[in-house]
Order: sequence, then structure tokens, then C-alpha cells
Amino acid sequence: MSRIQNTFASLKHAGKKALIPFITAGDPHPDQTVAMLHALVKAGADLIELGVPFSDPMADGPVIQRASERALVHKVGLRKVLALVKEFRQQDNKTPIVLMGYANPIEAMGVEKFADAAKDAGIDGILTVDYPPEESTEFNAMLKARDIDPVFLLSPTTEASRVDIIVNQASGFVYYVSLKGVTGSKNLDIVEVADRVATIRSQTNLPIGVGFGVRDAQTAKAVAAIADAVVVGSRMVQEVEKSTVDNVVTNLMALTAELRAAIDA
Amino acid sequence: MQLYDMPDERGHFGPYGGIFVAETLVEALEELRLMYEKYRHDPEFLAEFAHDLKHFVGRPSPIYHAKRWSDKVGGAQIYLKREDLNHTGAHKVNNTVGQALLAKRMGKPRVIAETGAGQHGVATATIAARLGLECVVYMGSEDVKRQAPNVYRMKLLGATVVPVESGSKTLKDALNEAMRDWVTNIENTFYIIGTVAGPHPYPMMVRDFQAVIGVEAKIQMNEIVGRQPDAVLACVGGGSNAMGIFYPYINEENVKLIGVEAAGHGIETGKHAAPLTANSAVGVLHGNRTYLMQDEDGQIIETHSISAGLDYPGVGPEHAWLKDIKRAEYVAITDDEAMTAFHSLCRTEGIIPALESSHALAYAEKLAKTMSPDQIILVNLSGRGDKDINTVAQLSGIAF
Repeated sequence: MSRIQNTFASLKHAGKKALIPFITAGDPHPDQTVAMLHALVKAGADLIELGVPFSDPMADGPVIQRASERALVHKVGLRKVLALVKEFRQQDNKTPIVLMGYANPIEAMGVEKFADAAKDAGIDGILTVDYPPEESTEFNAMLKARDIDPVFLLSPTTEASRVDIIVNQASGFVYYVSLKGVTGSKNLDIVEVADRVATIRSQTNLPIGVGFGVRDAQTAKAVAAIADAVVVGSRMVQEVEKSTVDNVVTNLMALTAELRAAIDA
Repeated sequence: MQLYDMPDERGHFGPYGGIFVAETLVEALEELRLMYEKYRHDPEFLAEFAHDLKHFVGRPSPIYHAKRWSDKVGGAQIYLKREDLNHTGAHKVNNTVGQALLAKRMGKPRVIAETGAGQHGVATATIAARLGLECVVYMGSEDVKRQAPNVYRMKLLGATVVPVESGSKTLKDALNEAMRDWVTNIENTFYIIGTVAGPHPYPMMVRDFQAVIGVEAKIQMNEIVGRQPDAVLACVGGGSNAMGIFYPYINEENVKLIGVEAAGHGIETGKHAAPLTANSAVGVLHGNRTYLMQDEDGQIIETHSISAGLDYPGVGPEHAWLKDIKRAEYVAITDDEAMTAFHSLCRTEGIIPALESSHALAYAEKLAKTMSPDQIILVNLSGRGDKDINTVAQLSGIAF
């Protein structure tokens, strides 16, 4: 069983829902990323999505775009991200890490070389935003052969027949994008999301995470009531953006703890 | 040679092209693909397209024998396909007319576009005004500064121009932003991409709409000289004018096809926009797989060319394929060489060419000299140079 599967299984056993915060690796500075990851875990994260900085983040809104730009100032690329996770793993062998990024840095490294390096670094899942299942069959097989879960997005416009195609290739969990648009666009409509999640649940046994638009504890609580995991991205990155080098870790912990409490309440 | 039949069902040209987008865009592209499949052979749609090209754009564009220039250069006879004479001054409008007609049929009241130099933005704003569609054009804030007259033209035509402040603030970032708009406003919005790049079906669809250039050229060459040219030349940024003239010639084995990229300060300096000539690594950007200018981390790097229309780090996937199968050859011309050709055509033929097209002209000069006077080169003169006079004046140390 992969670390991701383990995590969801034990949460289910405990009757709890997963909190998945997202931060961009290298934002605000690569020297702080590992400490930030540990802090997120300490404050209640069950799994962490780590963004790989890319020069052209087409699916991201301005908040996560700026995070990418801040990290790129320090030349944080895929190799550096893998090194950071490897460092994190020295003290944490339990919390799953899912990389979220775009295809080009992976292709630049070479897909097979990347799959090996990801395994070696202790990565648990890969969400490649611009690799739809039709274009990534071989890559997904490579990941699975190394016990890494390929994670996929499902969107409000994804038709039922296509959900089948996607969940066939996905493992670990699926990530339902709760609104049309880029990351962090607007507030989600919980009734609509509940409806969609129920439909997806009829098509797969994989845990379902919901994200894009979870911007406060109240929304996190509402999402936790209907999904298996709550993904909080832009709101976390905003916290990084408005913090200083000195208080970014404590601020992230406070926000994570607040979300954790709301989800568990 | 086997008859050329590309792309496949999912938009692949060999290993290139495809649909590399976030899940949020997949259904919109599928809707577009189905609609385009429905209309691409529909007689009524094609008749309306042909009608608009004739009466609104002014097609067919003539082919002109640049005799004085050919004599001056010495060697092959150079003919020009005069896309500069189209309404709005470039080949871009062929495609915007086609896509806007499709938008109308799909019932989308709003169109968006990305633009670099502003030519595609102007062509989109123009057709949107004519069809009564709302129009939003994304343009890198650096380009907004460099291309003020075109920004004003778009505004005169009723479009909203949105300066893009992210990334390198140029064409590639404008494309990113347009994609973000599209994903947010899928229900009412049609995204008019300006070149033969992007996710399927765009590279194929834009090629098909631009193919009118080559279709006309084949008929006209036959009428004018009774045969087809020995070589067809066109500049390549994303590559839409080149695909437009190349495509109908692909199965004509005796016609050499040569794409001319921007070498900027020189390929060896790294400051260029010539991913094919420089043999850049293959990667994924803007929804398709192609040759891409990138660093070793796979980050897209900034390009350089004197001509904003060629200043793009990737290239249409069909060009990548034509390079690999050796059906087309790709070369590059520096800023300085393009400038020399620009002045030469102005003075010898009374035609002010676009800086983009000047790259193709500069290579025509080089090539003609190696050929005999009974041989023929056809250059796609993709646009007129009025938009570039500020750039040229500045280089000559002249302030208006």
C-alpha cells in the first residue's frame, strides 16, 4: 500500500477527513521550504501538495503565479524540488507529498529519469496539470511501477464518460476542481459541489479531494462534510505572500491549525 | 511519396502537437473539435468564408514578380505573394474571419485573443466589430508599450486591450492569460488563437483557414508562369503564414519549402527566436508538444527578435514534424540581415514589407544568388511594414 493509500485508510478508520495544504517549493526562499513542510504537518496537514515552479503556469491564478515567480528568482526547478523533498524525508517518513506542476520540466529531465528521481526522493504522487490521461498513459504506468500515484483533476465540465477514463488511470485520490477557472478564482458553490462529488463517487472508490476556491475555515468545514479531502492552495500561498521571512512558518501553522480545527469540528 | 494526411484524431503530427491542457479546458476543446469537424467541409460554411475573404479581406491577393529586385539580387526570379494587401495589412485576418464565423455558429457572443505585435489583435478586433461580438485582447505589457499604434487601432475597433503583467510580459504570457480567461468563461467565449500552435484542433484549424494562401498561389503561379516555383519561402514565428502557403504544396515534391526563423543577434548568442534552426529541446507548452526554447530546468526562456511577430519561444507542431521528416527546411536570419532586406525591397520595388516578412526576403536574397535566372522563388510577403516604421526609424536614429 502506498503512503497516500495508507493515509486515507487510517483517516477513514478514525472517521476523519484529510487536510491537504498546497505551497510552492522555493517560495519565499528554498531555504525555508523544508521547515514549512514540517510546520504544516505539525499543525495538522495529512498530505501536502508541493508546487513545482514553472515559467508559464497556465492553469494558475495570480496568487500562485506570483509564488512561482518568487521561487524562480532563486532558480528553483524540478531538481531542486526533489532535493528539498529528500531532505524533508530525513525527518518525516509518513506524510505523503504530491508534486503539482506542469509537463515541460518533467520532459526536460526525461520522464523515466524523473520517475526514478521522484521515487528516490520519496515523492508519493504526481499531479501534472497539462498531462491529460490520453497523453500520459506511459508516464502513469512508469509512476505506478514505482508505487507513485498519478493524481488527476476532474472539473465541473468533465463528462461522466470521461470521468471513467480518468479514474481508470488515477490512483491515490482524485482532485475535483470545484469551479470553472484558474486556481483561487472565486468562491465555490457547496450544493453544486456536493452534487458532483456524489456522482463521481458512484464511478470510483478512490478518495475524492476538493479544491480551487476553499478560502476560509467555514468553506473547509463545508467541503469536509462532502469530500474525503480538502485542498487549500491559493489561501495558503496568500499567507506566505503576506508574511515575512521571520513569521512565515508561524503564520502557516496558525492557518493550518485553524483549518484543521474546522474540518474536525 | 505517400499522400500527406496530418494530424491524427487527437491532433498529433508524429510526436508533436496533441492536447496538453488542464482538465478544465478539455471539454471546451472537445466542443470546438466537434464543431470544426462539422463545419470544415460544410458547403454553406465554406461559401460564407470564401465570400468574406473576397469581399471583406480583398482576396485573392496578387502574386507580383519583383523583377527589379530579382535583377538587383542576381540569380533566381523572386515572386511575392502579396498578403500585405489584405484588409488589416497581413495574413492574420484570413484566420480570424474563419474562427469568428465558427464562433458565431457556436453562439458565442464574446471572443478573446492573444497578440504580440498587435496584428492578430487588430485582425480579431476587426472581425469582432463586423460581427458584433464582444472582443478582449491580451497583450504583454512590454508589447503594449512597444506597439502603441496597434493598441489604439484595437480600441478604435471597440476591443478591450488587457495588458499582461506576468512572466516576461510578452506574447507567451498573453497566451497564458487568454487561456486563463477562456477556462473561466467557457460558456460564452470563443478563443481565437492567432497561430498554428496551441492544443488540437487549433494548429490544424488555423492551417486550414490560412491554406487559402497556398491554394491561390498554385493557381496563380500556373497562370503567370505556367509552372510552380522551385522554392517557397515564408517567415516562421508560430508559423501560420508559412503553414498557409506550405500546406497545399506539401505533396508537390519538386517544390522546396523553406521556413525562415528569427536569428535575432545570432543563433550562437542565444538571443534569438529560432527553436527549429537551433535544434532546441522538445517539450510541452501552450497545449502542444514541439521544439521549445528552454533552460535545463525546462523553464521557457526569453526570446529575442527585432520583429515582435516572430518573438515566440515555440513553433507550431506541424513545422516540427515537417522538419523531422525533412519535407521543409528551416533556416534563420539575423536582425541586421532582415533590416537590409527591408530597405532593399522599399527602395527597389516600392513595397514596405513587415519586419517579419523581411526575414523571408533576406533568405530569398541569399538563396536566389545560388540559383539561375530561369528558376523561381516564391516568397510569402505576409504583411506590410507600416506598423514597423517606428522600430526602423529608431534603429536609424530618427525620432518623429
